[in-house]
Amino acid sequence: MLKKLAGALIVLIGVGAVAGWYLSAPVRLDPQAVAQLGPGDPVKGKRIFFAGGCTSCHAKPKAEGDARFELAGGVQLKTPFGTFVAPNISQDKADGIGSWSAEDLANAMMKGVSPSGEHYYPAFPYASYARMKPADIADLYAFLKTLPAVAGKAPDHQLSFPFTVRRGLGLWKRLYLDDQPVVAFPEGAPAEILAGRYLVEGPGHCGECHTPRSFTGGTDKSQWLAGASAAEGEGIVPNITQGEGGIGDWSQSDIASFLETGFTPDFDSTGGSMVEVQKNMAELTPEDRNAIAAYLKAIPPHPNGYPARKPAPAN
Amino acid sequence: MRKLVIAISMLALAGTAAFADPIADRQALMKERGKIVAGLSKFVKGEETYDAAAVMTALKALEANGEKFDVEALFPAGSDQGDTEASPKIWEDKAGFNAAEDKYVQAVKAAVQAAPADADALKAQFGPIGASCGGCHQAYRVKKS
Repeated sequence: MLKKLAGALIVLIGVGAVAGWYLSAPVRLDPQAVAQLGPGDPVKGKRIFFAGGCTSCHAKPKAEGDARFELAGGVQLKTPFGTFVAPNISQDKADGIGSWSAEDLANAMMKGVSPSGEHYYPAFPYASYARMKPADIADLYAFLKTLPAVAGKAPDHQLSFPFTVRRGLGLWKRLYLDDQPVVAFPEGAPAEILAGRYLVEGPGHCGECHTPRSFTGGTDKSQWLAGASAAEGEGIVPNITQGEGGIGDWSQSDIASFLETGFTPDFDSTGGSMVEVQKNMAELTPEDRNAIAAYLKAIPPHPNGYPARKPAPAN
Repeated sequence: MRKLVIAISMLALAGTAAFADPIADRQALMKERGKIVAGLSKFVKGEETYDAAAVMTALKALEANGEKFDVEALFPAGSDQGDTEASPKIWEDKAGFNAAEDKYVQAVKAAVQAAPADADALKAQFGPIGASCGGCHQAYRVKKS
């Protein structure tokens, strides 16, 4: 009897291991999505480049002007999981992504899979980019092709076990990788709101910082854009819904104006990582900024997604 | 009698200055900055008809505000604790913080010097001022609420 049980257990473990291995396998884009890539237009791709905020992580810190287009990587993201380092995505064939095809870029951005078939860590916000249109990735690819090659590999990530096991990310992706919109709107919703949804939930990847995460590191969709404790260091990322603590008293034009200038309605100026993001948003058209604002006015309101501030200690 | 009154009021003034709360003081100065910039931005955006004299008054107020911003007095050791969003980096990198504040004050002084005559001229001065707000908040403020 005991022997039989032990045998069954071994079989179970074996099946579990095989299933785990199967379930954690990298999944590439399906042929249908690849067929939608199209030829790519570098002029349109520049808009996607700024909407996606590529330069904020992949250029040197505080890069301005043309230096924003030198994508040698190296920016560090210090999180509870360890330190992630943004890689070189310049056109250098050896150190960057100069030898990639448009399909390679699409698999990286929408499926989090490298050309050699490894999982990327979701510090690279492919959980958001997964909602992008393949044609926009092709445009971005065409734009990236116009940028300079910069030699030099960025240092490796510094993570501790078990986060060093990339294969495990396959399971994470099964939970959190989804190309469907987060917020559903009724049929006939204004085109502006839908355009804003695409920019915010897809390329803009706003939810990556403005939405709280579960302990497994996935965004909590029930508190979408409700604000969160910052991934790096102390501090918070604000609630950008219309709920309490959020931006309910900002008009659509207040939001659009903030994205253009960095000034809040009461003329505080934005700080922290949002400074870089806002500079990217300033490169978009007024229509795009208005669309983002329209979406933010239309999404479900939530109270703050981060704990209330502890009262200051009495001295 | 009059002398006594003056003396007492001066003492009272000195008292407030000495016992003032640096966190409240620096926040008040920042709020004042925001208000003045808000007024200026109406001219930049063309929401109000350009008024060179009003712009000059606002720019000079911004300059006076900037000159009152004494980093040593407003950011004494220990004032990173309490109801403040000041980043510990201010005390770790005082030179960098001073330089960032100085960059802002220089941008304001340049705008006063330029005495912008129309909205476009003001816009050219307003850009660097706004950028220096963000530049400092990027590194030296931690959003807490």
